[in-house]
Amino acid sequence: MVEAKRLCAALFFAGSLAGCATSGGNPADPLEPLNRTIFAFNDVADKAVLTPVAKGYRAVLPGFLRKGISNFFSNLEDVWISVNDVLQGKFQQGSEDFTRVIFNSTFGIAGLFDFASDVGLPKHNEDFGQTLGAWGLGSGPYLVIPLLGPSTFRDGFGLLVDGRADLVYQGVNDVPLRNSLYATRAISNRTNLLDATSIIEKAALDRYAFVRDAWLQRRRNLVYDGNPPREPEEPDDEPPK
Amino acid sequence: MKIPFFFLLACLPLLAEAQTIAPDALVKTITDEVAAVLKKDKDIQAGDTRKAGDLIETKIVPHFDFTRMARIAMARNWRAATPEQQKELTAEFKTLLVRTYSTALTNYRDQEIDYKPLRAKPEDTEVTVKSEVKQSGSSQPVPIDYEMEKTPNGWKVYDVKVDGVSLVTTYRDTFASEVREKGIDGLIKSLAAKNREPQSPKAGKS
Repeated sequence: MVEAKRLCAALFFAGSLAGCATSGGNPADPLEPLNRTIFAFNDVADKAVLTPVAKGYRAVLPGFLRKGISNFFSNLEDVWISVNDVLQGKFQQGSEDFTRVIFNSTFGIAGLFDFASDVGLPKHNEDFGQTLGAWGLGSGPYLVIPLLGPSTFRDGFGLLVDGRADLVYQGVNDVPLRNSLYATRAISNRTNLLDATSIIEKAALDRYAFVRDAWLQRRRNLVYDGNPPREPEEPDDEPPK
Repeated sequence: MKIPFFFLLACLPLLAEAQTIAPDALVKTITDEVAAVLKKDKDIQAGDTRKAGDLIETKIVPHFDFTRMARIAMARNWRAATPEQQKELTAEFKTLLVRTYSTALTNYRDQEIDYKPLRAKPEDTEVTVKSEVKQSGSSQPVPIDYEMEKTPNGWKVYDVKVDGVSLVTTYRDTFASEVREKGIDGLIKSLAAKNREPQSPKAGKS
């Protein structure tokens, strides 16, 4: 935790410096100059390492195997997801997600198959950052985390908690094995996103701003479980009625 | 002179009423038609974005209100633009979206789409049609919402939200900062330049 504190202090310090520099003007992103630097770094790392590895992974492993691996990690995640359901007071969803774990761990052979989805128990997306959001905590400034990518102060803190609760972290004591599991999960997740990143290339005038604005909208949507209240419209974006 | 004009306006939707397809039925018909073509078309599956673009132009574009989309993306700067600039912005924005989604279509692999029951009153003129696409790679379906408005020419889509991310408002900050730095003509130039970038036929594949 000392590490985390130091990181936070460094970020606040960098933030106050960045505050002096000109920023792009998005109120959700006061650290824009710092964030842009980290974004550029992540981009280089992604292009140089993760994307080629993910493409290789997709080329080498057959689809059913990739799906099995993706399902396996997804099933481990479901445990912490059901805890977050309960923390948010969504007891029914919590029991459904826990049932998913039981079902997929047994009939789904240690989570390699996601039978629960086929029988009407769809997967949900929850994490500790969303739980904090559901409790009413605002997202705080946008933050690009080195190697992990877009986040916010709230969700970054959420990630620290998620990392501690992670079953791979909790359950695997052998460090080399744990690290291989981390790496496999990262590659598997990145592979699932290959098509999405190729679309961002096409869509964005400014990839940094596009990714930021899309990310912030998506997190907001997740906190409200798909039904966010309408954002206050800009006064001038609709013609007078 | 005002009264007949308003009277005429008021009558238009009534005239169109008979031929208006319900918004959810419209979305389903269009996506089913497009999906049927995509399933058969080997060229698009192999990454032919131009052919995918033609498919979008003929099947999807007529059901979108690009002027409103450009207006929402421009927010307060829309009023500052001349009618000529508004027209150019709309055209360039439309091209950008069509190009982007041509790439998306080449990635389509017979995913299953579920439609949620429409929650709307008959007199509503703005509705949200909700659907979910089941992904082959992951177990979590991706929600896709269509924001639609009733017009004299039937229901039109003015925003699409993929997993809560609006295809239109995501451009707001980019557009605003382009206008702040380079003016409205500068933004139009940036969009045109982006649209001239070569459309690599194998995007996202290799």
